[in-house]
Amino acid sequence: MGAVLEVQGLKAFYGQTQALHGVSFALEPGGITTLLGANGAGKTTTLRSICSMVRTEGSIRFDGTDIAGRPTEDIVRLGVGHVPEGRGTFTDLSVEENLRVAAYTRTDKGATRRDLDMVFEYFPILKQRLTQQAGTLSGGEQQMLAISRALMLGPRLMLLDEPSFGLAPLIVQEIFRIMRRINAEAKVSMLLVEQNAALALELADHAYVLETGRVVMSGKSSVVKSDEAIRKSYLGY
Amino acid sequence: MEQLVQQIASGLANGAIYACLALALVMIFVSTDHINFAQGEMAMFSAYLAWQLLQWGVNFWIALPLVAFGSFLVGVGIERVILRPLHSAPVLSIVVVFIGLLTIFHSLAGAIWSHTIKDFPSPFPRVTFAGSGYIGPHQIGMIVVTIMLLLALFAFFRFTPLGLAMRAAAQNPASARLAGVRVDWMLALGWGLAAAIGAVAGTIVAPVVYLEPNMMASILLYGFASALVGGISSPGGAVAGGFIVGVLENLIAYFGNLLEKASGVYLIGNGEKLSVALIIVITVLTLRPAGLFGHVSVKRV
Amino acid sequence: MASTTTANGVAEKKRNGLLAIAQARWLWIVLAVLALLPIIGGKTGLISNYTFLQLSLMIVYSIAVLGLILLTGFNGQISLGHGAFFAVGAYTAAILIDRFNWPFWTTLPLAAITCFIAGYLFGLPALRLEGHYLALATFALAVAVPQILKYRHFETFTNGVQGINIFKADPPFGLPLSGDQWMYLVVLAIAILMFWIARNLLDSRTGRAMRAIRDHSMAAGTMGINVAHYKAVTFGISALYTGIAGALHAVIFEFVAPDSFRFELSIAILVGAVVGGIASLPGAVIGGVFVQVIEKYADALTKKITAAVHLPIDLEPWTIYGIALIVLMYTMPMGIAGGAYLLWRRLKGS
Repeated sequence: MGAVLEVQGLKAFYGQTQALHGVSFALEPGGITTLLGANGAGKTTTLRSICSMVRTEGSIRFDGTDIAGRPTEDIVRLGVGHVPEGRGTFTDLSVEENLRVAAYTRTDKGATRRDLDMVFEYFPILKQRLTQQAGTLSGGEQQMLAISRALMLGPRLMLLDEPSFGLAPLIVQEIFRIMRRINAEAKVSMLLVEQNAALALELADHAYVLETGRVVMSGKSSVVKSDEAIRKSYLGY
Repeated sequence: MEQLVQQIASGLANGAIYACLALALVMIFVSTDHINFAQGEMAMFSAYLAWQLLQWGVNFWIALPLVAFGSFLVGVGIERVILRPLHSAPVLSIVVVFIGLLTIFHSLAGAIWSHTIKDFPSPFPRVTFAGSGYIGPHQIGMIVVTIMLLLALFAFFRFTPLGLAMRAAAQNPASARLAGVRVDWMLALGWGLAAAIGAVAGTIVAPVVYLEPNMMASILLYGFASALVGGISSPGGAVAGGFIVGVLENLIAYFGNLLEKASGVYLIGNGEKLSVALIIVITVLTLRPAGLFGHVSVKRV
Repeated sequence: MASTTTANGVAEKKRNGLLAIAQARWLWIVLAVLALLPIIGGKTGLISNYTFLQLSLMIVYSIAVLGLILLTGFNGQISLGHGAFFAVGAYTAAILIDRFNWPFWTTLPLAAITCFIAGYLFGLPALRLEGHYLALATFALAVAVPQILKYRHFETFTNGVQGINIFKADPPFGLPLSGDQWMYLVVLAIAILMFWIARNLLDSRTGRAMRAIRDHSMAAGTMGINVAHYKAVTFGISALYTGIAGALHAVIFEFVAPDSFRFELSIAILVGAVVGGIASLPGAVIGGVFVQVIEKYADALTKKITAAVHLPIDLEPWTIYGIALIVLMYTMPMGIAGGAYLLWRRLKGS
């Protein structure tokens, strides 16, 4: 089976500043992979590059299709769900409208309905708050909404950018538990960017560590977790 | 008392037109952060197109949707072809482009149809009815058509997927892209709709103000005042602002006349309506830029 | 020695010693020729009075455009309403000459002060407005100006819709110059003075503060620049310049009326500034020439274009301007002066 996501020699630029200096990795389908590293290492930039939200050079292949440089909305329509940093909630729309927007591109009404039911099964609180203005939701609820929006696309790959940010530990645990369920039940591959390395390594199968725009180490998360030298020098714990 | 009711009624009728223009302005502002200075001239040009169709024997109620649709296409074209490539240009460049569009539409109308004032027949039957003393059939028509248009738009944005996608694209383009919405085309559609709304407004006000290239200049100023009063980031506010300003404009002139009759002192009257609009614009911008229903975005460094 | 950048990233002229001398000499020659024109041209009959009138108007519009450029190009405040200040200057001069019999040259300082105050007062509420909002406020001003001028309570001075007629002054001391030649020299002298003042203003601390505010007003504020003060003062100065142009225009044209100052005037000044070069002093000159040339030759030019393209309708000049404006924003946003400067730099291989 081919890699669901294959990145080779990826360089990324914010204007004249180069943020990624040739990142390469591949994701096997069905697994959860995490990108770790300090602030400014280039983790969020990598996710943004996959969705063409920054200027890039290098090769990005999704399910074998070349997606580098294509417009964000086209990449998303191919089956890449991006849960952005800061949640990206449509604050002035209701919860229901947030979900409906995400389903905008889908033509199969039946599948959409099933996915909506699935979302409500994972996050029952959203069903309760359906008509509420999304901006009034708590941080945790907005994160659930953001994940749900990505799910409503019916994606094969989900990119998650710091889902634990600003959330209480209990909520984070719950969200991570649900993410594991989604990965297993809906068969969605995941690429997770996290500051909180311990948490990420608990969830993920595989890990890549970034430092100033380069991959400096990679391996099974069980290996990375148990290697104290790696943890101390790259992950700070 | 009779006169007061008359003034309020006619203020509502004028307000209907201001509401349409204000709505068109707000739609473009919310999605692109630009103020369409050419909105008035575009509406005027559309009114001329409608007049031309009428000259060719087309029924008004067929000409109106035709012109609205044609204006829609022109609006989409302007956004895609002229404005999109400049989206990262400095504000001055964009303002200049709008002024350029303004002069093109204005002078083209004059060139094609000449500058002489033309009569634009009202499509509403001239019948007398209960309230005839207070309001004329065309004025009622203006209010009715406007309200129907606004209801249709409201339904479109609230209940259709495309309307939802457009709202999302205007509020949060980045997230909209991540939902697969083609944001660039949503902006173009917004422009098209704004142009169409302006076309309807221009066409139904033409019988009142007579058709000539300068007809929309002062109405546009009132449209700006309305959008600012209501809140330039709020479509609902824009509509409310339109009716408020329409009635206010007439009330000020009315009380000015009263004052003159009572004390012989002339302070303000019909000849100062543009100055009133200017004062409204400056006052709102200075004291409460968000208007009644809008919100001001915080400037990020 | 400073080389500063404008909002669009085009570097303004560098000033090193040699270049300054070379420029200065070149400039002096041109000015000398201009000043001697009435003698060269007038005596030999080569240059008609009508031509002197045209030249005077070009210079007047240059001053008007310079006013706008100081505000918009060098201070970043967009104005679509400079016709208003042109009108204030024009009416101040006309009223003083007609009602109070002042000699025309004494009206200029008063027109200057009046316009400065008007600009400063308008600049105060405009302090918090930027970009589109300021454009909107000034747009409203421009549209309302004719109506304001027709206000009943001003009629004792403004004479309402009918306007005011004034008469051109004769050359003093019985100089052997025609009225038009004399006005030409007066306008030229004033223009030289005002451009010189502008140059010094822009090179001074005030000028640097103005540009800092244009480039990033928030940062300028944190550096200790009193942004509000400079913005309002710049508005005043800008109004002063355009107002003096208005006063001169009134004297040359010998007539002012509310409908001479419609919205089109504000657009014309803006067009001149943009075409000439929005952040360039030579641009103001080009802009002024452009405005006058267009006013005079637009119809003929448009007819030629219409004929060449075989259009079935009589295209109007403003349609061509509008298209030219849009094309210019794509190709030469810094105007002819900016484009010429870029070309010069490219040729120099810098």
